Formats: sequence, structure tokens, C-alpha cells
Amino acid sequence: MPLLHLTNARVIDPAAKRDAAGELFIRDGVFVARPSAADLKKAKKIDAAGLVAAPGLVDIHVHFREPGQTHKETIETGSRAAAAGGFTSVVCMPNTAPVADNAGTIQLIKDSAARSSCIHVYPTGCITVGMKGQSLAPIGSLKRAGVIAITDDGDCVQSNELMRRACEYAKMFGLPLMDHCQDHSMTVGAVMNEGQMSVKLGLKGWPNAAEDLIVARNCILSEYTGAHIHMQHLSSRNAVEILRRAKARGVRVTGEACPHHIALTDEALATYDTHFKMNPPLRTEEDRLAIIAGLKDGTIDILATDHAPHTPDEKDREFDLAPNGILGLETALAVSLEILVRKNKFKLATLVDLWTRKPAQLLGLPAGTLAEGAPADLVLFDPEAEWLYDAKKGFSKSANSPWSGQKLRGQVKATYVSGKLVFDGKKIVA
Amino acid sequence: MSWNRRHLLTLEELSLAEIDQIHSVATAFKKVLGRSVKKIPALRGKTIINLFLEPSTRTRMAFDMAAKRLSADVISFDAASSSTTKGETLRDTAENIAALGADMIVLRHNCAGSPLYLSKILGIPVINAGDGSHEHPTQGLLDTFTMRERLGSLKGRRVVILGDILFSRVARSNIHALTKLGANVTLCGPSTLVPHSLESLGVTVSHDLRSALADAEVVMLLRIQHERQTATMFPSLGEYTSMFGLNQTRASWLHPKAIIMHPGPINRGVEIDSSLADGERSVILDQVTNGIAVRMACLYLCAGGAPESVTPVD
Repeated sequence: MPLLHLTNARVIDPAAKRDAAGELFIRDGVFVARPSAADLKKAKKIDAAGLVAAPGLVDIHVHFREPGQTHKETIETGSRAAAAGGFTSVVCMPNTAPVADNAGTIQLIKDSAARSSCIHVYPTGCITVGMKGQSLAPIGSLKRAGVIAITDDGDCVQSNELMRRACEYAKMFGLPLMDHCQDHSMTVGAVMNEGQMSVKLGLKGWPNAAEDLIVARNCILSEYTGAHIHMQHLSSRNAVEILRRAKARGVRVTGEACPHHIALTDEALATYDTHFKMNPPLRTEEDRLAIIAGLKDGTIDILATDHAPHTPDEKDREFDLAPNGILGLETALAVSLEILVRKNKFKLATLVDLWTRKPAQLLGLPAGTLAEGAPADLVLFDPEAEWLYDAKKGFSKSANSPWSGQKLRGQVKATYVSGKLVFDGKKIVA
Repeated sequence: MSWNRRHLLTLEELSLAEIDQIHSVATAFKKVLGRSVKKIPALRGKTIINLFLEPSTRTRMAFDMAAKRLSADVISFDAASSSTTKGETLRDTAENIAALGADMIVLRHNCAGSPLYLSKILGIPVINAGDGSHEHPTQGLLDTFTMRERLGSLKGRRVVILGDILFSRVARSNIHALTKLGANVTLCGPSTLVPHSLESLGVTVSHDLRSALADAEVVMLLRIQHERQTATMFPSLGEYTSMFGLNQTRASWLHPKAIIMHPGPINRGVEIDSSLADGERSVILDQVTNGIAVRMACLYLCAGGAPESVTPVD
């Protein structure tokens, strides 16, 4: 591979506390130190004037639907959506069909990723057999097969005893547990946040308390067992506060927030539009602001998309009957720029940190830095460029986005994976 | 004033003037129903489909009757006989109905928001005959029609809705209509079925039956909907009756001229004593009769009928 010489960019590398105009050098798939003048002469120049150069974004919460639900998304199409959104590493949830609760399915996912993905794809395995919440999945075999965390995402282990044992057992392998925090007994039939809007719309409500309870339970179990529990897609203000207090005591818990939970509230459901239906649901303005505050003070460690593709037919239903979930990868950067940087005065470098170094660090991924010797995963974006997002013309196989048809600000101009251009701002080139 | 709406989806979106208009057309139609020949040719040649995907007898029969009084052709089908049981989506079912040449759909569905969903798909009027726990606009219209018939203006009148509010589409539609008509609405019942978040709809929530009923001019009872509830909402029907059932003693707390209403079906001895349901303050059967006239008005207006051409027959 020829030497690449990136110039004129605003280089943001939170791992090195770097945010300044500068250059980057890439050789053989990794970032390298400034080469000799002779080498530089031969280098391929990339002029990144006006653009931010940052580590490729890392999303530790995506649903690529493979195996078994490839009508919604595949590892190939999902990875293309990721690259178009500036992501170079993603972590796939195991609620596929069949669920990824055994080494064979993990191998299938890894093989498919090696064949068809244009970015780095990391698998997770289930906590419980069949994701049924009744007995422990073969967590040791899953670890050996290459999972980087275990989770029953989409579902939540209800038994405190089983969760306790999962913590103890997974800790032996250094595997974090990622939990979708939802008390099922309080959310039977629930399709949206419980509150004034659910009362008005006549839809069954999903109370904050059902999330708060499990977040509290997980803090207690993490403290008791010493295992690392990561709270997925936090949506409730009290859950943020519970996490804050546990962290202050030094408990090994972390949390994530999704762009939709910082951008939208349940007011968006007034017309029963299923593109605003996800789990956990959009909540109130108070919750939204608490999530943003949690990101600001570090209580919530990272951003993640919960990219959850569903076909148009599946979403085109009565609200009660439509599946939960929305796309996220192609809009995540623009939406989080708008909400956090422009509306809530986060530093651009802080936002980059939430999408790169921190999620990589959280799961120990070799990503999220521009340091010499690190894989040359890189995104170039223009934080001010406006573009029209049309989900139907996007890269995902599905189109279920609440932002479709909207003008967004902040556009990915190029994505490099291991030094190779995979997205040129218009199309996938890998 | 002309009528500009094709669909009747909620009372939340209706203006006071529109409610007045429906009631005034219903008044004229009610006079027709008192004649020996009860049929008028207003919707002759139109076909109305009653698409009832959730069980109903009263509402469906009332819509049926109302359409026939207007000389429309009516086809009714229910969940059991429709293709939805074979996996057909609501969109496909409805598009097929429209393709058959129907002029209007009356939809009863257990999912809130489905009439709005259909109205965006179809080019023909959609009338909501009850969507899950959301709204039941024609019921709200016939209830307020009945109250106005008995009490005149509802401005400042104290109306109590008692029972299962959380799961009640009847309550929601009545709340929207009554607040627009200027009534003071109090919702009463056990705290699990009458959460305080309902106050955001512009009403008072009370769990004290005595103070709620004191001097109320209307009490509307709602059935406890076993089919929508989990076992955790209240201890037993017996306890419900003992705490919130309307009996002679409790009815004596009401305003002397108060009327007692119930949208049906009644669970006698649960939410209301038989003697009250059948007593002289009860307007329960008036509600049923008025339901025909009000639904005639809704069908007529949404089908494009001119309000002014309905002249009361004296």
C-alpha cells in the first residue's frame, strides 16, 4: 500500500488530547510517524481542508440481523451503512435467528463478516440459552469463539439469581455484560413511554420505573460480584441518577445513550408514527435533558446507535403491532452534532470521544485512536455541511428512520478502514 | 357554516363549532326517527362498510341502523370472518374494501391510532367506531347530545365519570367533548385505573367518591373492562363494588336532578345497582336511541352532506 499523507485537516484524537490543525500519515494500514522527506514526496496526498479527521467511529450496539433476518439487514448492508455514517468498528447484538448463544453461530457471523463486511465487526453472545432467561449460555465457549461481551439485548434477564451467576461466571473470562434494562412484569403490552402522552393516545405505557429497577439491580449485582455491567440505551432520568451514585462509589458499571433519546421525546408519537417506536421508548423532555446531562458529566460513558432495521412492510402497521427499533448508523453523527455540540455546547472533541476512544475502551477494541501503530481507521467529516437524508436511498437494507426526508447538518466525506478508503462521501468503494 | 371534514377520528381534534354542528344535525335526524316512515334518502347509492375487528354489538348495530335510516347500503364484517385472521394486514384489507367500491369505512379496532392510519391510506372517509383505549368519538358525541337534551347548556355543569378510565376510549372522547362544551369534569375511581396523569387532559382526578359525587349533575359509569386488564389493577370486583359501585345511598349525594349514564354494556350489581340503572334518573336507554341520530349525523356530514339541507321536521 502506498504511503498516504493527509493534510490540512482539523485532527481530533481524544486519546492523545489532540485537537489542532495537522496531518496524518498512513502506511500498510496503520498510522505512522512523519516519514522521511524522500518518502513523503512519493506519498499520495489527501487534502482535507475544512474537514475534521477523527478516529473511525465505534458503535457498540447494532443489529445486523444475520443470521436469519436478512430481509431487514445483512452484515454486508449494515457495514455499508456504518461506513457511510463514519463508523469503522461495530458490535453486533446476538438476537438473530437463531440467537447467537453458541460458538457455531458466532463462527457463522465472523465468517460472514470476513467475507462481506467493509468495516470491523465484533460479535456478542447471549447471556442465556436461547435468550430465554432461564439458564446460562455456554459463555466460556462463546468467549473462545470470539465474543467481546455477552448480552440478551432486546430482552432482559429477569431472574436476579441468574443475572448474579452470569456476572460471576462472565467475570472469570473478563467479559462485560451488556444489559437491556427492562422489568418485564411492569411492561406487559407496553408500546410507548408511560405518561401524559400515553394517557392521551390510549397506548399502553412503559414506565421509567421498569428501567430504573433493573439499572439499580445491575448496580447492586455489579458491586456484589465485581463484574462489569454496561447499561444499554439509557432513557430514564432516574436511571441516570442511579448510575451516577453507583459510579461515585466505584462500582464497575457503565452506560450508553442513543441519538434518538437525546434528540426526541414521546411528543413525537402524536400521530402514531411507527418510526418513533423503539424500546426503550422515547420519554419526556425531563428525561431527555437528564440523558444529556449524564453524557456531559461522564455518568453516561458513550453514545451508541441501537441501529435496528425493519422492512417498510413490518413498520407499516397499527402502532401496537409494529416492531420496535429504528436505523441509526447513517444519521448518528449529524444528529449528535446537532444536539450535543450545537444545542448543548459540548466540545467537538468531547463528541468525538463519545463515539471513538470511550466505546473502544469500554469493550477493549483496537480502535478509537490515531496513535502511531494503531489501525488506520479514520473518518473525515464536515461538521457544517448540510445534506438531505433519504432513508430509501441510504445504505441500509431498510429505511425505518425518523429522520428520513430531513435536512441534517454534519456530513461524512470519507471513511477509511485499516488505511483503505471504503466510503468516499457518496458511495462505498471497498 | 359548512362541514369540512371527511374523517371522524377523534373528538380531540373537533372544534366546539363542529360538535355543535353534529348535534344540530342529529336533532333534526332524531325528529325523522320519530316519524312513521323513519328513512330518508340522504345516502342512497352509497355503500358503507362496517369493519369491526373487535367484538361489538351495540355500536355495530347502531351504525348499521343509522346507515340504513339514511338509505345507504351497508356491509358489516367482523374479525372472525375477515381475512385478518388469515394474516392479511389492515392496509391490505382496507385497500381491498376501497377497491370494491365502498364509499366509507366505519372502523372498530383494538389498536389505538388505527383509524388515523387508515385515513392516511384510503381515499374514502374513515369513521372511528372505537380504537383500543384511545377514542370512541360517536359515543362521546351521543353522550354529550343526551346531556344537552336533559340539561341544556353544559357550561359549568359538574360531570363525574366513574370507573375504569385508564382503559376507556369512551372516557377520553367524553373528556374532550365535555371540556370543549365547558363542563367541569371529575374522574373518579381507584387510583390504579384513574392515574393523576389524566389531569393533563384538563379534568380533575379524585379517589374520594363522596366529594366527587356531591352535587354532580351527571354521573357517567364505565364498565370495568376485564378483557384489557391484568390482575394487578384492583383486588376484586367485590371490592370495586364496595368502594366505587353506585348504589342508592351514594346516588343520594348527587344533585337532586342529576342524571345517570352508562355507555353499556352494564355489569349489573358491579358498577351500578339494578334499581338505579332502571330508575327514573337513568338515561341509559336514551343514550342508545340518541346513538342512532348522532351516528346518522356523523355519516351524513362525513359523506359530504350539507348541514343546512337537513331541516327539522315539525
